[in-house]
Amino acid sequence: MIRRVRLAVATVVLAGLVVVPWVVDDYTAAILARTLALGLVGVSVALLTGVAGMPTLGQTAPYAAGAYASAVLGSQVSDVGVVQVAVAALAGATLAAVTLPLIVPARGVIVLMITLAIGELAVTVLGRWRSVTGGTDGLAGITPVRPLWGLPVLATDQARYLYTLAVVATLVGAVLLLLRTRVGPLLRAGRDDEMRLRASGHRVGLYLSGAHVAAGAIAGAAGSLLVVAQQYISPADFGFDTSALLLLGVVIGGTASIGGALVGAALVIAVRDWLFGVLPGHAPLVLGALFVATVYLLPTGVTRVRRPRGGSRPPIPAPRQPAATPTRDRGPTPELRV
Amino acid sequence: MNCLLSAEKISVRYGSLAALTDVDLCVHDGQRHAVIGPNGAGKTTLLNVLGATTRPQRGTVRFAGRDVSRLGPAARARRGINRTHQRPAVFATLTTIENIEVAALPRTIRRRRWWPGGTRGTARRLAAGLLDQLGLSDLATVPAGHLAHGQRRQVEIAMALAGRPRLLLLDEPAAGLSATEVDRLAELLAALPREVAVLLVEHHLDLVYALCDTVTVLRDGRTLAAGTPDEIRTSPLVRQAYADGMS
Repeated sequence: MIRRVRLAVATVVLAGLVVVPWVVDDYTAAILARTLALGLVGVSVALLTGVAGMPTLGQTAPYAAGAYASAVLGSQVSDVGVVQVAVAALAGATLAAVTLPLIVPARGVIVLMITLAIGELAVTVLGRWRSVTGGTDGLAGITPVRPLWGLPVLATDQARYLYTLAVVATLVGAVLLLLRTRVGPLLRAGRDDEMRLRASGHRVGLYLSGAHVAAGAIAGAAGSLLVVAQQYISPADFGFDTSALLLLGVVIGGTASIGGALVGAALVIAVRDWLFGVLPGHAPLVLGALFVATVYLLPTGVTRVRRPRGGSRPPIPAPRQPAATPTRDRGPTPELRV
Repeated sequence: MNCLLSAEKISVRYGSLAALTDVDLCVHDGQRHAVIGPNGAGKTTLLNVLGATTRPQRGTVRFAGRDVSRLGPAARARRGINRTHQRPAVFATLTTIENIEVAALPRTIRRRRWWPGGTRGTARRLAAGLLDQLGLSDLATVPAGHLAHGQRRQVEIAMALAGRPRLLLLDEPAAGLSATEVDRLAELLAALPREVAVLLVEHHLDLVYALCDTVTVLRDGRTLAAGTPDEIRTSPLVRQAYADGMS
């Protein structure tokens, strides 16, 4: 029943997002496209933080790797968006794979510190590698993409938004499907009790490595979408502010919820970009208040509202009673099949 | 007869405290072997050494003829040593059946494809069968974090069994259980197939004497006595150890 309701809500939201470009102006469509790109990075943060139990502040590094790979390498290879997304995902995954030895053995706050350092290092490299990245000036005049071979170039904000929406919906759908296989329970089990998972014979390090690389690929793909949506990138797009906003969005949306990561990113961007015009200079204050209110009032996030008091736990039926107490003197006990 | 599991000269120290000193242990195929002793005797430390969560300063652990001293918990579990913990360890946000399914996966993965979903059906069937046999089917969809202590303990035993162990290490499985639950546990352990050896650390001596064919007694980290339940029950040394442990 709950699954059907969720599916219905997701369908309605998706339908609403599809018709949005015909309702809003170009500026709003461009912001929405950037929000979707950031939401996809939020999904990668939720995958690591909420599902796998590896809190991260460093997903801006593969996000940046994907964006620059898409803008620099992808545009040389092809102007087809799907190819650029693939190149960007590969770049993000490669960067994540390179940092595996630093991240996978660490836990908790140490992971946060290491990932924060990786994110900051990435920004520093982008700022100094002028010949490739354009330095702090960034890269402008990026060639527009066409979604697939034979289709026209994305020339309007509405078209770029729809392309971004299609890619995000596809990748989020793929992540949700993947988490419904045994991958989901395994990652959540490792988050709940890593030692218990090891004691069952599982290679926990391998699972965390897989999650980290997959999250890197997703963030990389999001980088490609940012390039399409913004048509300009600079190191400022991938600084600590972005990392903090991403984590904030994931916490607000519900750390273990993939959909919540998208909702959280949307809320954060809405507060940052739209309230900026309404309450100039006060957006960070509103964002902070939103964060505090969420943590206190909705600790599981806005997309996972707590059930009413007394109904928070499903009823637990009493186990069946044993037929008899076995002793050595009694007859043979039937064998348990294992 | 060769030991399925042998521990030779195991010594563990925590600073100046000697938790285990030159402890030897041999568990044969299919044997029900108990380790008892007063609090602080080193029983759980010994189980942790065998399960690879504690590394001994000295000593060797062999399983099925191979030295497994350097292997971690996951590798030992894949070789057939599965365990439960003193505090029942379950995956709190997963449902009861998912807990057992996750525990069953390493065995099914080895036999089938590695890709997600390829073996989940097999693991799910195994988990459902175990829940049914343990009388826990009604709890299948309840998150394990919502279960009572005794129910968690039963679920953890089911998880250990789901790994199709050759040796089951049980750390005080009756602790915190009601009399009815202890009866159910005894029934469950008695119903285990004989090819599964059991090493049981337990304070509940009635359970030990009813189920086990060999008992090792530890005191202050050393082996005090070993023998059949009747020998141990009548041993003045063991009586004295428990009397001292109580005082």
